[in-house]
Amino acid sequence: MGRACVLLFYLMTALISVLIRLRLLIAQTYSVGVLTFLIVVVSGFFIGMVLGLQGYTTLSDFGAESALGQIVGTSLVRELGPVMAALLFAGRAGSALTAEIGLMKATEQLSGMEMMAVDPIKRIIAPRFWAGFISMPILALLLSAAGVLGGYLIGVEILGVDNGIFWARMQATIDFKSDLLNGIIKSVVFGFVVTWIAVFEGYDTIPTSEGVGQATTRTVVYSAFAILGLDFIMTALMFGDF
Amino acid sequence: MSHASKDAIVSVENMSFSHGPRTIFDRVNISITRGNITAIMGPSGTGKTTLLKLIGGQLRPQSGQVTVDQQVVHQLHRRHLFELRKRMGMLFQSGALLTDLSVFDNVAFPMREHTQLSESMIRALVLMKLDAVGLRGAHPLMPSQLSGGMARRVALARAIALDPKIMMYDEPFAGQDPISMGVLLKLIQVLNNALNLTSIIVTHDIKEAFTIADEVYLISEGKVIEHGPPDDIQNSSSKWVQQFIQGHYDGPVPFHYPANDYQTDLYG
Repeated sequence: MGRACVLLFYLMTALISVLIRLRLLIAQTYSVGVLTFLIVVVSGFFIGMVLGLQGYTTLSDFGAESALGQIVGTSLVRELGPVMAALLFAGRAGSALTAEIGLMKATEQLSGMEMMAVDPIKRIIAPRFWAGFISMPILALLLSAAGVLGGYLIGVEILGVDNGIFWARMQATIDFKSDLLNGIIKSVVFGFVVTWIAVFEGYDTIPTSEGVGQATTRTVVYSAFAILGLDFIMTALMFGDF
Repeated sequence: MSHASKDAIVSVENMSFSHGPRTIFDRVNISITRGNITAIMGPSGTGKTTLLKLIGGQLRPQSGQVTVDQQVVHQLHRRHLFELRKRMGMLFQSGALLTDLSVFDNVAFPMREHTQLSESMIRALVLMKLDAVGLRGAHPLMPSQLSGGMARRVALARAIALDPKIMMYDEPFAGQDPISMGVLLKLIQVLNNALNLTSIIVTHDIKEAFTIADEVYLISEGKVIEHGPPDDIQNSSSKWVQQFIQGHYDGPVPFHYPANDYQTDLYG
């Protein structure tokens, strides 16, 4: 934990040099963010379809199908968007970051860079960390958007909820500040924590093939715990009525 | 009572280093003369690579000091340490090439990081460095397409990219076929003379080391056992030295790992 905090401190101070060398940040945003785009959007679409289906079945018992838009919208924007995007991000990008950095350590690439008087934290770790930090909220929003489309497809196109009512209920009940903004705040926190865990586990790897494997597993497991735990705490703070 | 002589570019004085409970160096003194090729030799696991990391400032000694070019390495501020490292080249055993960059970009890497040279200038310099190791034609390849020997030569071209004063080689001959071994031997020698380098080679290949080294240090169990020109070492009266350079299987370094009495172990 202490070492992780020291690394975080270096990552913070490296922000300026990352911004100066924008090219590195863009390249990493591509590999961390853009390449995770497809899996996030496809998953989001399926999540939305399931929400539409389950929501419709339950709501129709009470004759309240018209609230489907609200159910799909709020659950995605508040919870499923940030949480699912973060879990997928940890599995797809986080594990890849850990394995990549860990392997660079195991093959002496980081050490070699230090001997070439290049700081691996600035050159390798920091661009990856900040790329993850930037990508995560965007991915969460995209997942929510794809989910809403999935819910619309099932609810309106297939199960026959009224098109106008579906969107009107969603518009009327989702508040920008309390729903959308809180969802974005969650995804920013998740992005920060997941990428931090991923780069730290990679940087702190025992430099053997076994060590890299263990570190990758730890990234996914710790990230999942952190996401779900933090989600509960943030939900309690944002929406709880204590 | 400084051990360092005037023309020593690297000197290790009374240096001790331990890794956890294991003592790797115990008050070691080493002095490396400017312009020489010095071979650091010893059995596997005696911390030869650790020594290079201590010289490069990647590790800190627990006591004593390592001086490079009149500067005490572990007392340097990070910025000054990085300045010093620009004057040191290191060839890692694995080559440590950046696997996501081509051969050309690997050699260009230190230049792009540390200089403001134009791309056309960098291109000319990279091709010259690659030509020096005989791999100008391989510049568009990726590291995964190189053989072990070629990877090491590319790493060598990269290590000399910023015209260092000191070159450190970590096991340059390990796992090489006879031809690439010959190529590396030649390169180390030629570069040392042509670029006015000081070379430090960590190795346990006796024959190769003895043909190119001006001075040899034999290290075992944290101590310098013997040092001097290769001829003196070869004529050493020490049984340990003779066992090491002749490769006898038993002697002062026993064949058997310390164990209980054989009969007791077998029959209980």
